[in-house]
Amino acid sequence: MDRIPILKMGRCLLVTIQVDLLDQTALALQDDLSERIATTAAQGVLIDISALEIVDSFVGRILGSISGIAAVMGATLVVVGMQPAVAITLVELGLSLAGVRTALDVERGMSLLQADERSRGGD
Amino acid sequence: MKQENALFDDVLKAGPEAFLESWLSEATQSGDSAPITKTAPQDARELMDSLQDAVRAGADLTRFEGEAWSRTRSVLAELSRSRAAQGASAGETSYFVLAIKKPLFAGLRKLLDGSPQHAFDAVWAASTLVDRMAQWTATTYQRSREDVILRQQQELLELSTPVVKLWEGVLAVPMIGTLDSSRTQLVMESLLTRIVETGSELAIIDITGVPTVDTLVAQHLLKTVTAIRLMGADCIISGIRPQIAQTIVQLGIDLQGIITKATLADALSLALKKGGWAVSRHAR
Repeated sequence: MDRIPILKMGRCLLVTIQVDLLDQTALALQDDLSERIATTAAQGVLIDISALEIVDSFVGRILGSISGIAAVMGATLVVVGMQPAVAITLVELGLSLAGVRTALDVERGMSLLQADERSRGGD
Repeated sequence: MKQENALFDDVLKAGPEAFLESWLSEATQSGDSAPITKTAPQDARELMDSLQDAVRAGADLTRFEGEAWSRTRSVLAELSRSRAAQGASAGETSYFVLAIKKPLFAGLRKLLDGSPQHAFDAVWAASTLVDRMAQWTATTYQRSREDVILRQQQELLELSTPVVKLWEGVLAVPMIGTLDSSRTQLVMESLLTRIVETGSELAIIDITGVPTVDTLVAQHLLKTVTAIRLMGADCIISGIRPQIAQTIVQLGIDLQGIITKATLADALSLALKKGGWAVSRHAR
């Protein structure tokens, strides 16, 4: 089973999902991220899903829970690069992913996280 | 059956030129038929040839849908398509086929002068065959007209929801006409694709041209806005007319925090502000 690699960039963690997200992989990602946020005291997490063409309700809920977990641990989650077809599917499934911040691409996602860091006063 | 085939073949062989002439003159005779088109003689000849081939190959005269008649069927299909394109009516097109009865019956009568029972059977077979051919022609005509209508409907649908770039990073969709689920789907797909292509963070959906907004239409709009937000962009709805505003309040529709403006101008002004643009006016 592939584990999704998590990269560290400053106070942020960067995750790019390049493979089809199976249920186990998604759960493993949730675990790994929670660990890494704790060990690195990360303030921001960016998940890039621009390579995902299919997102089902399970993955949708995982993204929602990762966002909640990150928030509880003091970090902000931004999901970037959602494809139009994926957005339409999630809407049809009734998943609005409320509480999950989104941005069009990695660049905008990073500037969002940096703005967030600045407004928090930074450490 | 084979006997009738031989008979038909004899009729068609006996005098092809005279046969064609009688057919064409009958086809242009009736008040219902179009003036003889340039291609009529050619069409008639091709049809006659295909009939001869089928009859000689031993085709079953009562089963026009059989394999042996496939060439005749395609000749007729082509005939009705070209007539439909030229603007002839279904009646005119099928009459062209029915007119073949004149020379066919005349030929059969000549051959079977002494035996009325035979003559009747042969004429019956001929009549049924020609009727089926005319039916096939009319059905193909119908189908090709329906194809044109379907294609036009599709084009109309696509034309009516263009996505335009209003400003750097701002897209606008002027909606015209009733908003149903198929149009919503179309708008969602084209708008979301353009958002990704242009990297625009703001979309303005203008509903000045939408006649009524009820709970169903509101649902469609909300779906579109949710999808836009999921992708990381935001949306303003403009063009809220007074009646629409009243309906929204009366129906208790929850717009879930979507910013709404009365005019596209107001929406643009807000979009510019959000994007950090300032517009100044000089004294003229």
